Amino acid sequence: MNQLNQVVFANIDEQEPWTIDSYIASGCYEAWKNILTNKNDSYKPENIIEKMINNSNVKIQIGGGVRTLDTIDYYLSFGIKKVILGTAAIKDENFDLIFSGLQSDDMGMGQTGVLVGELLGMSTATLAIETEIDKEKIRVKRELESGWFQWVTLGSPASVSIQSGINQPRYPSLKGIMGAKKKEIKIVQSQNAEKNQSIEKVFVPQTSKETEIIDTDLNSTIDRIVEILKSEVKVF
Amino acid sequence: MDILVIIEDSRGLMHRMSKEAIAGAQKIGGSITALVIGDNSDAILNELSSIAIDETLVVKHELVSSYNSDGYTEVVAQVVQSTNPDIIVAGHTYQTRDFMPRVSARLDIPFIPDIIYVEQDSYTKQVLNSKLNSSVSSSSNKKILSFQSACFSEEDMLPGSNSSQNFEADLDSSMIRSSSEEPFQESAAEVDLESAELIVSVGRGIEKEENIPIAFDLASAISAEVSASRPVVDDGWLPSFRQVGSSGSTVSPKLYFSLGISGAIQHVVGMKGSKNILAINKDPDAPIFEIADYAVIGNVLDIIPRLIETLNDT
Repeated sequence: MNQLNQVVFANIDEQEPWTIDSYIASGCYEAWKNILTNKNDSYKPENIIEKMINNSNVKIQIGGGVRTLDTIDYYLSFGIKKVILGTAAIKDENFDLIFSGLQSDDMGMGQTGVLVGELLGMSTATLAIETEIDKEKIRVKRELESGWFQWVTLGSPASVSIQSGINQPRYPSLKGIMGAKKKEIKIVQSQNAEKNQSIEKVFVPQTSKETEIIDTDLNSTIDRIVEILKSEVKVF
Repeated sequence: MDILVIIEDSRGLMHRMSKEAIAGAQKIGGSITALVIGDNSDAILNELSSIAIDETLVVKHELVSSYNSDGYTEVVAQVVQSTNPDIIVAGHTYQTRDFMPRVSARLDIPFIPDIIYVEQDSYTKQVLNSKLNSSVSSSSNKKILSFQSACFSEEDMLPGSNSSQNFEADLDSSMIRSSSEEPFQESAAEVDLESAELIVSVGRGIEKEENIPIAFDLASAISAEVSASRPVVDDGWLPSFRQVGSSGSTVSPKLYFSLGISGAIQHVVGMKGSKNILAINKDPDAPIFEIADYAVIGNVLDIIPRLIETLNDT
């Protein structure tokens, strides 16, 4: 697998059109202006990325054109929030290995990596926290529940969904940032798939619990907690 | 309405969330079939025998003696094709996440995951990092649903009896392209949090490792076990077997006494079924207070040592 093809999906459940208005509204242009006009900074990539992240809520989405681990590293460390691809877009690419995030922060459906694997006839594994890759196989350490782990060996090709918090993306070099402009971004039209589930409404959750707020001086707080423990929860 | 419940084997016993899924199926109402797979079927069948379901199907096959994604996908797909249920339900466990989307793709049945509330054909799930809820519906006449922890209560499971029969799954080794090694723990569990009646749980608000004994002192004063949120475990202040949350234990004690835990969703799913939640946090906007019965606003390090003194005096 010298020619190991790899692609990263990060949190790709929701596909939303990314308009220029929302780009402006989310503060992206403002962030760039701050970066470019602040003469006190030496334009280290770390500073730029940090500023990008601190000055805007912008989500960056990339589709296609991801061919190598370096590109993946580059995109990810650049703060890419989403990579959007449909299975139609990658079927002909014949990837050996597909990485995806476990689930998105927005819809939290947590299915993309596994669905893609099944649709493309690949082996799948989720909640990966470590991988060992050799010629024909990939060995994945999976997180199970309640502090348990398990090693799973998958044949190639495979689609692996990653648990959060397993590493820190590297910052890109300035050279890399400039080079990214020349990268091909391939846009693939989605096929008209039948939609079989839909969101009817989004709403603020109603808490059903009546919470007693205890915000008094220390002595009264202690007295109240003792009373709760003894008379209400009856721990003794 | 025909409902198929996928039962999960949790080290020889029925997974707690499978029981909640059965309670959910009973609430939805209809003819309920439970599917049990693997080497531990007999013990799990025994647990199922006193529950009000219509039938239990058992798959025993060397290729699915324990969980693997390829085998389970194949078995569940075959059972669905053979029994033709309207709804397939399961607990929203790590295992369900690992294979259920494949069943969904293979049979072209929509999978609505991580449901917290069911109202007829509308399913509520949390979105945007659990800040908002959304109700989801499906135009499909078949659906796969998975329920978040505590969406239904296992205590609501109706007792009854049922018959079981074997389902002959048609499996061959070419279908299994992955192999699983034995599950292991990196540190041996010294406590059984899931059956603990009282739990004192530690979060980042404890500030440093040297303060951890405060939690143990409080636990000892009320005969509780000590658990932790993920950041505390990640920092190595407490071992991973004490972690509560989506990657740790799911607990439902009589009292969950939370010390300086902010209440990220990954933690909350592991403890929101607790009967009483007493939370101390200095941030009045900490999300843990939204699910707490008692919200104490203050510094753990001021309150707990004094509380221990008072408890030990009386």
